[in-house]
Amino acid sequence: MKTIKHLLTLLAFVPLLAAASGGEQMHLDKAPVNINDQASLQRGAKMFINYCLNCHSASYMRYSRLQDLGLTEQQIKDNLLFATDKIGDTMNVAFNYRDSKAWFGAAPPDLSVIARSRGADWLYTYLRSFYRDDSRPTGWNNIVFDKVGMPHVMVSLQGEQIAHFKKETDHEGKEHEVFERFELVKAGKVSQAEYDMNVGDLVNYLAWMAEPAQNKRMQTGLLVLAFLAVFFVVAYYLKKEFWKDVH
Amino acid sequence: MNALQKLLGWVDDRFPLTATWKAHLSEYYAPKNFNFWYFFGSLALLVLVLQIVTGIFLVMHYKPDGSLNSAGVPVAFASVEYIMRDVDWGWLIRYLHSTGASAFFIVVYLHMFRGLIYGSFRKPRELIWIFGVIIYLALMAEAFMGYLLPWGQMSYWGAQVIINLFSAVPFIGEDLSLWIRGDFVVGDATLNRFFSFHVIAVPLVLLALVAAHLVALHEVGSNNPDGIEIKKKKNPETGIPLDGIPFHPYYTVKDILGVVVFLIVFSAIVFFAPELGGYFLEANNFIPADPLKTPAHIAPVWYFTPYYAILRAVPPMFGSQFPGVLLMGVAVLIFFALPWLDKAPVKSIRYRGAIYKWFLAAFVVSFIGLGWLGILPATPLYTWIARVLSLVYFAFFLLMPWYTKIDKTKPEPERVTG
Repeated sequence: MKTIKHLLTLLAFVPLLAAASGGEQMHLDKAPVNINDQASLQRGAKMFINYCLNCHSASYMRYSRLQDLGLTEQQIKDNLLFATDKIGDTMNVAFNYRDSKAWFGAAPPDLSVIARSRGADWLYTYLRSFYRDDSRPTGWNNIVFDKVGMPHVMVSLQGEQIAHFKKETDHEGKEHEVFERFELVKAGKVSQAEYDMNVGDLVNYLAWMAEPAQNKRMQTGLLVLAFLAVFFVVAYYLKKEFWKDVH
Repeated sequence: MNALQKLLGWVDDRFPLTATWKAHLSEYYAPKNFNFWYFFGSLALLVLVLQIVTGIFLVMHYKPDGSLNSAGVPVAFASVEYIMRDVDWGWLIRYLHSTGASAFFIVVYLHMFRGLIYGSFRKPRELIWIFGVIIYLALMAEAFMGYLLPWGQMSYWGAQVIINLFSAVPFIGEDLSLWIRGDFVVGDATLNRFFSFHVIAVPLVLLALVAAHLVALHEVGSNNPDGIEIKKKKNPETGIPLDGIPFHPYYTVKDILGVVVFLIVFSAIVFFAPELGGYFLEANNFIPADPLKTPAHIAPVWYFTPYYAILRAVPPMFGSQFPGVLLMGVAVLIFFALPWLDKAPVKSIRYRGAIYKWFLAAFVVSFIGLGWLGILPATPLYTWIARVLSLVYFAFFLLMPWYTKIDKTKPEPERVTG
């Protein structure tokens, strides 16, 4: 048994080995996700409905669920309901997914669970990494999603940036173009810091929308664990009582 | 005699209720020295019940339909999100079921490991072991088919890859994989038949096998950490094994304690990390299945990865992947042979020699190592490590008749120790 234990300890280091030899990946900025920040989630919901919901659906998400963010039914109806007049509807887009597939080459994906498949950090970096590229049909490209079909929707906010690349030679002697930095060539309505905050709110909302039950899940979890802790004490003494005459 | 006893008597005249209770619980004598490793049998039973109960509620809302809804999303995928959002406590039922699938394999692997260290598969318990291995096979089928149902990218392409393995079988392969799929690619036909197998056929087989596993166990009696037969030393007056204690109440109260500890760990995952960093629920599976977009990296769920790594470790021979597929199959089926491969005069690791311990340790390392490699993309270095570990995996079984014979064992005790 001792040898098994030693070897199992060794095995714990295997992930380190794997991480050390893992391929290089695009650096992602950490998204400021905090699903308890209702003000941020409300701002994010507004951003989402204004900028994303024109092309992307969130077809599993009902408008009425926004009440979980502290909004009243009337507030949702007055400020956020554009595509429908029924608050119980899901967030759909007006046009058919078959048409959009023909227009953009790929249908804009449904965003209901996008934060679960892409991850919040990826979204946060992606939405801040559009740059001018005249070789693209839309005139836009993206550092984390090369040759993306989506144009820069929030250009009026962020302004236009171009990307600078530098040449690097890898260990095999091949030359690569590596992203170096962005340069803002046309200012937008807000400063870069403000834009980062806007995108932060939006990504926070996307992270919440991917699983609207997550707050309730964690609250329930604390209750369940508290109950089990009490149950453990009861079960422990019950077992001890029954087993006291077994030798 | 009160009314309740009268009723019991009435039933007992027509059905062996009291006799069954006695035979399997209150007068089933289990060794008194069960340790930590003996919790996992009852826990496997608990998880089985959990999966069936949560499954019943999921089926009420899930729709096995591969066609696209008005938003362009497959109905099956959308119905899972419907459960997660619009069904009361649906998210809980779904997470219990998805976490339960992984938990099932964790407890079953630990349960099997218990068998390995204490020789629970040895005579007279060969049939218990064989039923157990068939349960393990059925469980793999159940998990594989259940994983297709959320109809995400990993569901879809995982199934595509695994079903394609069957097409490597010589002569009948292509027809065989077509027959399994019911279509030329994984599609609605596949989804519907997997749903049917997942919710009816395989669970029925599992329940029957679990019953057979338990009946066989209670016929010969439980093994214990000392690997000796407690039935050899009985109280001459009562006929009860001297080292045996009635399963109920002793092991029922002890197993309740095990259940609570298990539920604490299980709930921590369900409520605070249901994706468990992508190992229990993969990020790619939150993208609806798309037959036109192959993901860059397809890996099965963690509980299949040891076998997947063995499959990938074998190079194609004569232009066919069949050797790899064959070896992967043998890697699972070889467990059946275990009772006849082990020639040691003792059962428990406590009285075995150093050689068996080293082989067992190497086997554990190979199994976990292969599991880890099966998750990673195959690079030339990893493939070579997987080849070495596959050799270790098979050496544990194939060399067993030799090394268990030459190993220096210690004498077994007459009675169970602590």
